[in-house]
Amino acid sequence: MSGGVDSSVAAALLVEQSYEVVGMMMRLWSEPAIGANAPANRCCTPDQMADARRVADLLGIPFYVVDVQEHFRRTIVQFFIDEHEHGRTPNPCLECNRQIRFTFLLNQALALDANYLATGHYARVDHTPSGYRLRQGVDAAKDQAYVLHMLTQDHLAHVKFPVGEYTKPEVRQLAVKFNLPVASKSESQDLCFLGDGDYRRFLREYSQRAGQPGPIVDENGRVLGQHDGLPFYTIGQRKGLGIAAPEPLFVLRKDGAHNALVVGPREALGQRRMTARQVNWIAGAPPPPDQPVQVKIRYKAVPVEGYVHEGENGRFHVTFTEPVMGITAGQGVVIFAADECLGGGIIDDETERIGIKNGRTQEEPT
Amino acid sequence: MTEKMIYLDHGASTPVDPRVLAAMMPYWSEIYGNPSSAHSYGRAAATALEEARATIARLIHAQPDEIVFTGCGSESDNIALRGVMHAARAQRSGNHLIISAIEHSAVGQTAVQLRDHFGFDLTILPVDANGQIRLDDLAAAIRPDTALISIMAANNEIGSFQPIAEIGALARAHGVLFHTDAIQASAVRRWDMRQEPIDLLSMAPHKFYGPKGIGILYVRQGIELLSPLTGGGQEDGRRAGTSNVAYAVGAAAALELVNDELAERTAHYRALTNRLIDGLLAAFPEDCRLTGHPTDRLPHNGSFAFRHLSGNDLLMHLDMAGIAASSGSACKTGNPKPAATLQAIGLDESWTKGGLRLTVGTQTTPQDVVYTLEQLQAIVPKLQKLAAMFA
Repeated sequence: MSGGVDSSVAAALLVEQSYEVVGMMMRLWSEPAIGANAPANRCCTPDQMADARRVADLLGIPFYVVDVQEHFRRTIVQFFIDEHEHGRTPNPCLECNRQIRFTFLLNQALALDANYLATGHYARVDHTPSGYRLRQGVDAAKDQAYVLHMLTQDHLAHVKFPVGEYTKPEVRQLAVKFNLPVASKSESQDLCFLGDGDYRRFLREYSQRAGQPGPIVDENGRVLGQHDGLPFYTIGQRKGLGIAAPEPLFVLRKDGAHNALVVGPREALGQRRMTARQVNWIAGAPPPPDQPVQVKIRYKAVPVEGYVHEGENGRFHVTFTEPVMGITAGQGVVIFAADECLGGGIIDDETERIGIKNGRTQEEPT
Repeated sequence: MTEKMIYLDHGASTPVDPRVLAAMMPYWSEIYGNPSSAHSYGRAAATALEEARATIARLIHAQPDEIVFTGCGSESDNIALRGVMHAARAQRSGNHLIISAIEHSAVGQTAVQLRDHFGFDLTILPVDANGQIRLDDLAAAIRPDTALISIMAANNEIGSFQPIAEIGALARAHGVLFHTDAIQASAVRRWDMRQEPIDLLSMAPHKFYGPKGIGILYVRQGIELLSPLTGGGQEDGRRAGTSNVAYAVGAAAALELVNDELAERTAHYRALTNRLIDGLLAAFPEDCRLTGHPTDRLPHNGSFAFRHLSGNDLLMHLDMAGIAASSGSACKTGNPKPAATLQAIGLDESWTKGGLRLTVGTQTTPQDVVYTLEQLQAIVPKLQKLAAMFA
């Protein structure tokens, strides 16, 4: 329970369904608040804790705050820094779900003799004869199956997502119905461990390597200028490079090994193919290579059509029907068939390199 | 979750004894005057208040004007430290204060504030592995300008008694005042202020089946206090504020019961606590240790440290099993700090977050202890497994 509307309503729904519910909040590591700019969702503020406790009291359930500060700092915050130092763009929320929420917290819950860990995610779990299936929540706008793609059959047997059956407006109405004091809260996309919502400042402060200036180069390695630090650019970015060139230049990839920002023309951006590592298939196997699937390359990306092929070393490749721009190493790539989340992985660095060649070949007039 | 409810946190607070409650009852709606008022309502209340004061004085062999009613144990400590130190400064008779490293924060934080914001000198004495100060350290710390020594009678977390007779004697020999925070100890011992070399003593009746919201401060005759709480001159100018008659009556009734029933209570406590201590040390010989002095300790206090575990997690699992306990490091915000007391007795960081305090009471039964031991024997291995998984 975060004190927010989704987990509060999730708890209320379970209480209404006569489950014996125990409220838990994770005390994650976060920087102290910096000035007035602390993100609304910075972890574990006294307000959030008081809100969650009030909801638990209202529902008549116990409420505990579990200390995960050290573990979170070691596994998630350090991961965030390390990934940026390698020129990748991590999604720490995925890693948190993998290592903290559905590993550490799930184990804590099971040790308390709980049968399930319930969260306020907008997703659904179906129990079918062939196993558990993860589906998007009924609210297409709020779907969070993307951030749950790492869940296995074992996980799915022990999780519940009560709000996945509702749209966000319905959840707000439920909060009103349950008299929960959280119905009008706004949401925040910021990382929960930042003191001021500014990840650039955070990286400069916590890392020697991430955020160091370096060369901007073209695909042939020719130095065109200087960048302020790889984390501060996004793949596909055009503006703010500070390079005068005859044709517009776009960020193609980040070369972490050389701390170089590789830029090129627009036609070099589109990719037909990508590679993913840290793969999980919820059913235990990838979809057949001839099955068209929907591919999300970022949490908020519009799904695009592609095909999945098994790769080596547990990786998989996706070939896209149309070239895709903005594929970014470190982000999650998640595969859907209609509203079912089949699984996914983390976009590999290889992708950016292969992608450039592919894109070039595809786009080049012959 | 279980229906069973076992309260093993009597060091935090105790239920009000029905006899205490009965004694307090007339002082809500029947005898409600302000004892400072001159009329008959006020006189009736004043009579009750002074009777309560006289009872407490009689029980600890003191004079009624040596008994100050305060708002709580922490306030007693505050008035003692601030009152003595500011009076010493006003009289130019001293500027230095000595405390121990394991004082309750009501003393510790007050002393630190007196140092940091009021310019007093402060010496914080270390404690040995049993949680007791060394008299040699104390003797060496006393200076010509030492105004007050404040050392607790027994520690709230680990239960160790301090050698207060020797401390008091040393203080006397140097002409230094001695205050003791007896908030835990008063639940399990009598006081004879004719004999005790103690100048100021703090008690909190809710630790011995009296009400919360009242504290007692004994102040030996002749000691000047510059009170931090000024106003209408109640309590002989030592603690302003309308006198809390009902609670004063409850405080006296509760202290009377401690005196009357001390032998039975301590025997009952000791039997249960020993069973807890023996049971846990036998169950976890490597990973659990008794904290505090093995014998010279509060008879109702079993305090432990578990290696690599978090007191927070222990409390959560115990609560789910219906057992209320406490931990020196736990807090409701999930932000546990290593327990300062456990650090002070020299435990390393593999132990200092794993404190667990089980404090028994008059209503605790041997079955409660058996159940608690059973539960801990199930909980501890689970938490050890988790700790190993995420180490």
